[in-house]
Amino acid sequence: MLDNKERLKIPRQKMPEQEPEVRAKNFSEVPFGYTPELARLEADRCLQCKKPKCIAGCPVEIDIPAFIQLISDGDFVEAARKLKERNSLPAVCGRVCPQEDQCEMVCVVGRKHEPVAIGRLERFAADWERGNGEVFIPEKAPSTGKRVAVVGSGPGGLTLAGDLILKGHEVTIFEALHKPGGVLIYGIPEFRLPKDIVQAEVNYLERLGVKIEVNCVIGKIETVDELLQEYDAVFLGLGAGLPQFLNVPGENLSGIYSANEYLTRANLMKAYLFPEYDTPIARGRNVAVFGGGNVAMDAARTALRLGADEVRIIYRRTRAEMPARIEEIQHAEEEGVQFHLLTAPIGFFGNDDGWVTGIECLRMELGEPDESGRRRPIPIKGSEFKLECDLAVVAIGAGANPLLTTTTPGLELNQRGYIVADPETGKTSKEGVWAGGDIVTGSATVILAMGAGRKAANSIHEYLMNKPEKRAPSSPTRMTAAR
Amino acid sequence: MNCRANLKGGGRLYKILGKKELAHNTVCQLEVEAPRIARKARPGQFVVLRVNETGERIPLTMADTDPSAGTINLIFQVVGKSTALLGTLNVGDAITDIIGPLGKPSHIENLGTVICVGGGTGIAVIYPITKAYKEAGNHVIAIIGSRTKDLLILEEEMRAASHDLRVTTDDGSYGHHGFVTDVLRQILDERRDVKLVVGIGPVLMMKFVSKLTKEYGVKTVVSLNPIMVDATGMCGACRVTVGGQTRFCCVDGPDFDGHEVDFDELVKRQRAYLTEEKMAMDRFMTMGE
Repeated sequence: MLDNKERLKIPRQKMPEQEPEVRAKNFSEVPFGYTPELARLEADRCLQCKKPKCIAGCPVEIDIPAFIQLISDGDFVEAARKLKERNSLPAVCGRVCPQEDQCEMVCVVGRKHEPVAIGRLERFAADWERGNGEVFIPEKAPSTGKRVAVVGSGPGGLTLAGDLILKGHEVTIFEALHKPGGVLIYGIPEFRLPKDIVQAEVNYLERLGVKIEVNCVIGKIETVDELLQEYDAVFLGLGAGLPQFLNVPGENLSGIYSANEYLTRANLMKAYLFPEYDTPIARGRNVAVFGGGNVAMDAARTALRLGADEVRIIYRRTRAEMPARIEEIQHAEEEGVQFHLLTAPIGFFGNDDGWVTGIECLRMELGEPDESGRRRPIPIKGSEFKLECDLAVVAIGAGANPLLTTTTPGLELNQRGYIVADPETGKTSKEGVWAGGDIVTGSATVILAMGAGRKAANSIHEYLMNKPEKRAPSSPTRMTAAR
Repeated sequence: MNCRANLKGGGRLYKILGKKELAHNTVCQLEVEAPRIARKARPGQFVVLRVNETGERIPLTMADTDPSAGTINLIFQVVGKSTALLGTLNVGDAITDIIGPLGKPSHIENLGTVICVGGGTGIAVIYPITKAYKEAGNHVIAIIGSRTKDLLILEEEMRAASHDLRVTTDDGSYGHHGFVTDVLRQILDERRDVKLVVGIGPVLMMKFVSKLTKEYGVKTVVSLNPIMVDATGMCGACRVTVGGQTRFCCVDGPDFDGHEVDFDELVKRQRAYLTEEKMAMDRFMTMGE
């Protein structure tokens, strides 16, 4: 047994990763992940605090010290199962969670040293379980005969489906696109989240009995009211789903994409494999990406991998205000993405074919903090200048897609068109309807959507078990299911 | 041919039950099993489909639906790789993905006299709309045109769907020698009671129809067909400028006021991937994939 002093002497273990100059030219995942030796060494850094702070720092309250202890003991499969008690998508979260703002931010080791690499360990355990064919299918509660419809197969919907199927309910997910996974499939690039991993998580849910219907745009092929005739409860986890544009002149020139379009082409449609795959994507040599979030970093790094000579992130505040994870900014920078800070676009130029050739920009300075708490960028008069580009990606956030919400009477929306839902339960103003994730909060993270899915699952379960019978009992085990 | 077995999650199949060549090697009609879409679709709406696992998502308007048979009717012209690939499918094959019905249905009401103008494969798009205007009690005059007689589609259907059908061909091989706009101008000169013109076809045709009707002050609706990806309002690939505002054709359209549409921008945006489209088509013609 190591004592705490010895534990604190171990440095935080780096994950081996592809060299920047190599990875900037391929779509393979950047980090290789820990080896078992590195994982155990990192796990040994955990002090196994009596009153751990990390659990409360996790939106789904994973028993972090317990799973790390299991890694330290070399029982990697049990570590994965411990994770899955609270988190149905650990391989995903280990990769895309902003741990530095959550569990690792409050890690006791992190007070004086670097925090335990909780995310990397989570990823390791989940990969080990999957890679060694040890994925465990838990036993489901007896059937309750209740049916739940889930709209959207992103992280919120997948989490909720996994929770409710284990509680004995019948669950059907409706996905608008042709592949399940939501933002995990269309948004986050292969080099950050391999699609095989998402597919494995979806397969796991299907093995548990979750039905997934792709190509179903709820609001079009069925309305929420129609779903309510067939299902006892409906969860809306459709994501934000409305790209925001800059609203400057020339924005409809060809070669200017929303980040949603650019990433959907590259990720979901595999346009980076054109012409083996049929979907084309413009391969710019000189690319401008607007925005400072993770999506902007993903777009910039995708452009590099598609062969761009120069990729610039254009952001109107400074690095300190960038919402992207530090790791993502660092990765982008190492790969050669340039940062043009305190710069805002005010218009685009194009050629006779209607293709973008350049951007008119303004320099900015920071003023007083705005409602987001960040210092407001203020244009500097007379500072206009031009930048050349042959491809531009607008990654300045998303709004609420109205397709479903405007076809659902009785569903209360806020002024910006997002669904109003109880933050503790996900309950909406409409009987039998819950909502969670970006369509409630606006663009946020995978783990917050999962947390919302978990809370809504608990609330739906309680509702279903107390709901009077709508139809003839279908299962003799019904009475034993409420536990 | 590159058509895989098509078992979807949920066991859904989009099986081809009928196939007809409307114009030799260029325009093709497929009757496809899609019961839920058939039940919901209204005139003017479209579907997005992906022919196979490596396919792109392309929008196609439904020319007709048969809710009792559970089928939708797709008419398309072979213009590139995806439509060429779709054309290789035969009865018994299946389309990997069909998503719909998408877009807003056409706004149909009883206005009095309505002229429906269809050009090329746009005739397939305007056919259900023409039928709906007639059913709603309008006096419907239809004008359909194509480059040449062999490419003219749905003549008999359009005759049945309207009260008065006029036909034009660019080369004079059938009907009026000239453009649909020639006949449209003639009718607008003759009758003052035309309440609405619906024009659907190539962008340039819609542009000139709209230009003409603007002279006469007759309200005009066009159905736009820009490049789309998800077609649920999520990506903005299909943005069009209408009345100076950016609109998403997939959710705000496809029908728009023809007098407000920036057709020149639309033409340019439709040509964004010409190089890639040619590369894909050449590859398909030489390698078959």
